[in-house]
Amino acid sequence: MAERVDRAVLDVSKLPTVGFGAHSITWWGILGMMAIEGMVFLLMIASYFYLHSRSVEWPPHRNPPDLFWGTLNLGLILVSTIPNEWYRRRARKGDLRAVQIGLVILSLFGIAIVVVRYFELWHLNTDWSIDAYGSAVWTLMGLHVLHLITDLVDSIVLTILFFTSLVEGKRFQDAEENAAYWYFVVGFWVPIYLVIYWAPRWLHA
Amino acid sequence: MITTSVGSQVELTDAECLQAAQLERVWQEPAGFIGWFKAVHHTTIGRRYFFTALLFFLLAGLLAGAMRLQLAFPEAHFLSNDKYNQVFTMHGSTMMFLFAVPMMFETFSVYLVPLMVGTRNIAFPRLNAYSYYLYAFGGLMFYVAFLCNTGADRGWFSYVPLAGPDYGPGKRPDFWAQLITFTEVSALSVAVETIVTVFRLRAPGMSLNRIPMFVWGQVVVAFMVIFALPGVVLSSTMLLLDRTCSTQFFNPAVGGDVLLYQHLFWWFGHPEVYLIFIPGTAIVSTIVTTFSRRHIFGYLVLVLALVSTGFMAFGLWVHHMFATGIPQIAESYFTAASMMIAIPTGAQIFCWIATMATGKVVLRTPMWWVIGFFFVFIMGGMTGIFVASVPVDLQVHDTYFVVAHFHYVLIGGAVFPLFGAIAYWFPKVTGRMMSEKLGQLSFWLFFVGFNVTFFPMHLVGLRGMPRRVYTYQPNMGWTQLNQIESLGYVLLFVAVCILLWNMFKSARSGAVAGPNPWNAGTLEWATTSPPPIYNFLHLPTVNGREAIWDAAPNQPVVVGLDEDARSFLTTRTLDAEPDGRDEFPAPSIWPFLAAVATSLAFIASIFTPWGITLGAIPVAITMIAWFWPKRQPAERRRAREIWQSE
Repeated sequence: MAERVDRAVLDVSKLPTVGFGAHSITWWGILGMMAIEGMVFLLMIASYFYLHSRSVEWPPHRNPPDLFWGTLNLGLILVSTIPNEWYRRRARKGDLRAVQIGLVILSLFGIAIVVVRYFELWHLNTDWSIDAYGSAVWTLMGLHVLHLITDLVDSIVLTILFFTSLVEGKRFQDAEENAAYWYFVVGFWVPIYLVIYWAPRWLHA
Repeated sequence: MITTSVGSQVELTDAECLQAAQLERVWQEPAGFIGWFKAVHHTTIGRRYFFTALLFFLLAGLLAGAMRLQLAFPEAHFLSNDKYNQVFTMHGSTMMFLFAVPMMFETFSVYLVPLMVGTRNIAFPRLNAYSYYLYAFGGLMFYVAFLCNTGADRGWFSYVPLAGPDYGPGKRPDFWAQLITFTEVSALSVAVETIVTVFRLRAPGMSLNRIPMFVWGQVVVAFMVIFALPGVVLSSTMLLLDRTCSTQFFNPAVGGDVLLYQHLFWWFGHPEVYLIFIPGTAIVSTIVTTFSRRHIFGYLVLVLALVSTGFMAFGLWVHHMFATGIPQIAESYFTAASMMIAIPTGAQIFCWIATMATGKVVLRTPMWWVIGFFFVFIMGGMTGIFVASVPVDLQVHDTYFVVAHFHYVLIGGAVFPLFGAIAYWFPKVTGRMMSEKLGQLSFWLFFVGFNVTFFPMHLVGLRGMPRRVYTYQPNMGWTQLNQIESLGYVLLFVAVCILLWNMFKSARSGAVAGPNPWNAGTLEWATTSPPPIYNFLHLPTVNGREAIWDAAPNQPVVVGLDEDARSFLTTRTLDAEPDGRDEFPAPSIWPFLAAVATSLAFIASIFTPWGITLGAIPVAITMIAWFWPKRQPAERRRAREIWQSE
C-alpha cells in the first residue's frame, strides 16, 4: 500500500450522536418552521387591525365572541405546559416511561383542546362570509386550529411510536422537539386569544 | 471520450479506493424508474431544479416573443386582447415564481451550498426532494391551465378587485393563487434547509468570518424568504378564500379593503426583488474573486451590505403603491427608504471594483457576464432613483418606463449573473469546459440584444405608452421604437439559442475540466468534477476565507464518521468547531407521494373548499409514512449511540 500516513486528521469519532436543543439539526428545522408560521400569524393579526382601522364600528353590528369557551381553552392550554415541560426534560435524559406518560397526557390535552375549540367556533357570534371582520376572526381562528390539529396528529403518531421497539436517541430528540413546538402553539394562542376575544371589547369602548 | 469524470482523478491509495467504493455503495441513489422518484442527494435534486427552472425561463421567453410580435405593429391581431392578458400574466408570473426564485435561490442553494460548506448533503434531504416535486407540479398545473385557456390574466400580482370574485370570473385567478401556494412551500422548505446547512453543517474551521460570499448571499436570501413569503401566503390565501369560500376580505361594501391585498402582496413583493438579485450579487462576488486572482476586497463590508439590504428590503414596499392615494407622509418615508437602499448596493459595487483594480483580471466568459451585469444593473439602479421619487413615479406609473426599469434590474441583477454562473460552474457540474468562443459570442449578442430591446422602452414609456395593453394606434408615435424592441428580441433569442447549444455541445465533447479549472478558492473545487455522490472523499477542514487558497500545507481532514451510513458532522454555528455526528435519511418514495397528495389537495381547493380539508388526509398519511422509522437503521444507530453530556 502506498504510504501517506502522515496526513493530518481531525478525529470526530468520539462526538455525540444524540444531542438536544441547538445540538440537534431538527431542532433548527422546527425553529425555521416556527419563524415562518409565526410570521403568518403576525401578518394576520396586522391584517385584523388594518381592517379595524378601515371600519367605523368594530365588531360591526354584532356582539364580540362569547368569553367562556375561549377562556376555558386558554386555561387548558396554559395548564398543559406543566406536563409538557416535565416530559421535555425527561426526554433529554432518555427516560422512556416518563416520555410515554407525557406524550399520552399531552395527546389527551390536545383532544380536549380541540373539543373545546369546536364549541369556541360556535360562540364567535359571526360568520366568515358576513363581513371582513368575520373573515378575519375565522381566518385567525382557522390558522390556530390548523396548528392544533397538526400538533395533535404529530403527538399521537409519536406516542404510538414510543410504544414500539423503534425507540432510539433520535426519537427522544423528536419528543423533546414536539414539546418545544407545543410551546409555540401555546405561545401564539395568548395573543390570538387577546385579539379575538378582547380586542373587540377594548376597541369598542 | 464517453465519460465525463476522467481526467479529474488524483492518484488514490488502495485504502482510499476501498473507502471510495464503500462511500459509493452507501450514498448511491436508487436505480431504475421508481428509483428516480426516491432520489435525495442535493446534486441530483439541484440538477432537476436547474433544468426545470431553465425550461420555465425558455417558456416565459417564448411568451415574451409573442408579445413582441404583437406589439411590433400597431393594431395587430396576432393575439387577441384576452390572449394578450394571459400571455403577459403568464410571462411575469413564470419569470418571477417559476424561474427567478427557483433558479437564483433554490437551484443554487441546493446544488452549491452543501459543496461550498464542505458537507455531504443538504440538511433535510427528503424535504428537499418534496420541495422540488411541489415546484414542478405547481408549474405543470399552471401551464396545463394556460393550455386550457384558463391562464392567469390579471397581472403577475393579481390585484383585487380585478382578480376578486366580482371582476375575475372563471378560474383563472384561482390557478394563479395556487401557483403561489406551490412555489412558496418549495421556497420556504429550501430556505430552512439552507439556513440549517449553513448554520450547522459547515466544515470545521469555517467560522462565520470565513463563510464564502456566495453562501452568505444565499443565507441572507433564505432569511428573507422566511419573513417575506408569509405576506404572499396570506394575500393569495385571502384571495382564494374570497373567491371560493365567500369571505369578504377585499369587499369594501362590508368592511373589506382592497389595499390590504396590496400591502400584504408588496410586503413579499419588494423583498422578492432582492431574493432574486442578492444571489446574483453573491455570484458576482464569487466570480470577481476567482477571476481577479485575489481575496475579495472588503469582505466585511460586503457581508454587512447583504445583511443590511436584507433588512431594508422590508421597509420599502409602499413605493409600489405611490399611485394608490396613501398619505403623503408615508410616501416621503418610503421615498427616503428607497433611496437609502442604494447605499449598501453602492458599497458592494465599489468593493468589486476595488477587487478588480487591485487584482490580475482574467477575462473569461463568466467575467464578461459580470461586466455586463455592472453596466445593466447600474443603469437599472439609476432609473430606480427616478421612480423612487413620487412625482416622477406618478408620471411614469404603469408605462413602459417601469417595464424598462425592472427589466434592467432583474435581467441585469439575475440573468447576467446566472449566465455567468452557468459558464463558471458548468465544469464542476459536468466535468467539462464550455466553449469560450461560443460563450463570448452569446454574451455580446445578449448584451446588445438586451439594450436594443429594453432601452427604447424608457423612451416609449416617457411618451406615454401604457403597460399591459395589447395594442396601440399608428398615430401615437410609438411604432418605430416598438419595432426596434422587437428586433432586439430576435438578438436575445439567438443569444439564448447559442448558449443552449454551447451547453449541449460542451456537455458531450467539451475539454475535460479537472477538479479546479479556474484555480478558484472555494470548497466545491476541492472535489472531482462532477462531484461524487458523497461529495468529498475526505471531509475537509478550513483555514481561511478561500479554503483552497488558504489551506495549510498539511490541512487536516475529518475522520471518524461511520462509513456504513450516510453520516455527517455537525459543527457549532459561530466558530464551526465540531459538535456532533448525525445521519441523513435514506432515499424514499414518500416525499414524492406526499408531494402528489399535497398537489391534489392544492388543485382540488381551486374548485371546492373541501379540497383542502379532505385533501389533508392523504397528505397526513403520506407524511406519517415518510416520518416512520425503519427498524434496521434504528437498531444500528441505537447500538452506537453516544448521548450528549448535559
